[in-house]
Amino acid sequence: MTRLSTRFASLKREGRAGLVAYIMASDPDHETCFEILRGLPAAGADVIELGFPFSDPMADGVSIQLAAQRALKAGGSLRKTLDLARRFRAEDQDTPLILMGYANPVEHMSYDVFSREMASAGADGAIIVDLPPEEDAPLRAAFAPHDLSIIRLATPTTNDNRLTKVLEGASGFLYYVSVAGVTGTNAASTEAVQNAVTRLKRATKLPIAVGFGVREPEAARAIARTADAVVVGSAFVDEIAAGGSEQAVERVLRKVKQLSEAVRSARAKEGTPA
Amino acid sequence: MDVRRNWQDLPDSNGRFGQYGGRFVAETLMPLILDLERAYRDAQADPAFAATMDDFWTHYVGRPSPLYFAERLTDHFGGAKIYFKRDELNHTGAHKINNCLGQVLLALRMGKTRIIAETGAGQHGVATATVCARFGLPCVVFMGATDIERQKPNVFRMKLLGAEVRPVTSGAATLKDAMNEALRDWVTNVHDTFYCIGTAAGPHPYPEMVRDFQSVIGREARAQILEREGRLPDAVMACIGGGSNAIGLFHPFLDDEEVKLYGVEAAGLGLNTIDKHAAAINGGKPGVLHGNRTYLLQDDDGQIIEGHSISAGLDYPGVGPEHSYLSDIGRAKYLSATDDEALEAFKLCARLEGILPALEPSHALARVGEVAKEIGKGGLLIMNLCGRGDKDVFTVADALGVKI
Repeated sequence: MTRLSTRFASLKREGRAGLVAYIMASDPDHETCFEILRGLPAAGADVIELGFPFSDPMADGVSIQLAAQRALKAGGSLRKTLDLARRFRAEDQDTPLILMGYANPVEHMSYDVFSREMASAGADGAIIVDLPPEEDAPLRAAFAPHDLSIIRLATPTTNDNRLTKVLEGASGFLYYVSVAGVTGTNAASTEAVQNAVTRLKRATKLPIAVGFGVREPEAARAIARTADAVVVGSAFVDEIAAGGSEQAVERVLRKVKQLSEAVRSARAKEGTPA
Repeated sequence: MDVRRNWQDLPDSNGRFGQYGGRFVAETLMPLILDLERAYRDAQADPAFAATMDDFWTHYVGRPSPLYFAERLTDHFGGAKIYFKRDELNHTGAHKINNCLGQVLLALRMGKTRIIAETGAGQHGVATATVCARFGLPCVVFMGATDIERQKPNVFRMKLLGAEVRPVTSGAATLKDAMNEALRDWVTNVHDTFYCIGTAAGPHPYPEMVRDFQSVIGREARAQILEREGRLPDAVMACIGGGSNAIGLFHPFLDDEEVKLYGVEAAGLGLNTIDKHAAAINGGKPGVLHGNRTYLLQDDDGQIIEGHSISAGLDYPGVGPEHSYLSDIGRAKYLSATDDEALEAFKLCARLEGILPALEPSHALARVGEVAKEIGKGGLLIMNLCGRGDKDVFTVADALGVKI
């Protein structure tokens, strides 16, 4: 059992969806970010996605673009991100932590070094946005000996043929990008998400996490009724941007708590606990 | 297997030129670029598509462009005979329209109703806006806010042609950021939008497709020199930003192994500076950006470094993937020229040939003398004069400290 499969199994037992919380490493600075990171599990994050900054985040909306710029300005890098993961893991052995970012910093470090460093830091998997199945063979090969998960993305443009390709070699969970667009844009309709999750569930046993455009409790609650997990990123990152770094920790964790409560109560409200 | 026999056959089915190229895009875009590839294969197999292109090339763009013997420049250097391929005489003043025409015709075949493009100096934006006006398609051009300030005449031209110029303020607000923003728009408007990329880079099939559309340059030049001189040239030369004019010139000569290929990158203030040049091959390392693996200007963490060149059209931190491959296998040689060398070449060409070249080909001009001398008298050299210098008059005046 990996940390991810253990966590999703226990969510299933509890009969609720999980909250996957995204923050950008070294945003707004290294130490403040660490304080946020270590506070996430207690605030209700079930899985952590730690972004590593890239100068050209072409799949991200304004919130995460700005987060990457702040992180780079604060000296953030892939190595610094791995360092944060290592320090987090020293304190918390249960909460899955995955890295998310773009291929070039990874290529530059080399897939082998990246995988070794991830494993020794105690990270559990990665989403590399611009490595579609056609291009991620070197990463898969490097991840395999360390039992690290490759989290793949499915989107509204992923047709059935494509879905087969996406699911080959996917592990950990499947990340459903609920809108065709960049991160932080408008949320998809509840019905569209439900249909998509139903379709994906037919094709895979992997847990389905749904993200992109989830900012408020209402949207999170709606998704949490059907999906195994809800991914929230831009809404947390915006709390960091919203003011001085002194209160950033408190602001982000408050928002995490708010969304976590929505996610946790979603199915109970419907009266359909598992 | 003799790999050299296959130069014309690349990229492979995964869009690779050796280790370069590929399809490094987010999953949302994958079905689109696979669709695009199918549509392009379909168009390639349709003689009507080629016929339409030819017709517009002849009557709208003004092709074939002349092959001109630059006699006084040849005398000046005293080496090989220097010919200019005059792609600056095309409609809109550069080679860019060769590609725009092809991509917009493809978009129409695919039933797309909205065109987006990125632009740095504005040349590709103007060419795209021009073709969109001709076919009655709405056109949105993404342009860095910094570049909008630097290239006001081209911004106005695009607007006159009916395009919407959308300022990009993310990142450094220049060409690479405009490309990021165009990709973000595309991912958001997948159902009706066609992304017309301006250079032979991006995810497969763009590098192949743009090269094919630009190869009209090399095909014409090859036929023209055979007619004029009865033999192939000893070398062909072109400037490299993303490298679309160069790959268009090179490609039809790839299998002519006796023809040397020279690309000239922008060395800006010098290759010894960290971020004041735009020479991805001479000063960068392989990496992944904008959908392809290629040589890139980047730091120790794989963060992309902004390029610099006096020529906005060469000011891009990457290069088309086929050039990376041709450089690695040694089929093409990549030189560089600084801002100052390009300016000197600009002035020389104006005085000796009565042609104001754009600052982009001025970089190739800056190395043309050395290559001509190396080949020696009796030799033949073709340089692609890929753009005219009218757009650069203000930049050149500024660099020379002249107020106009």
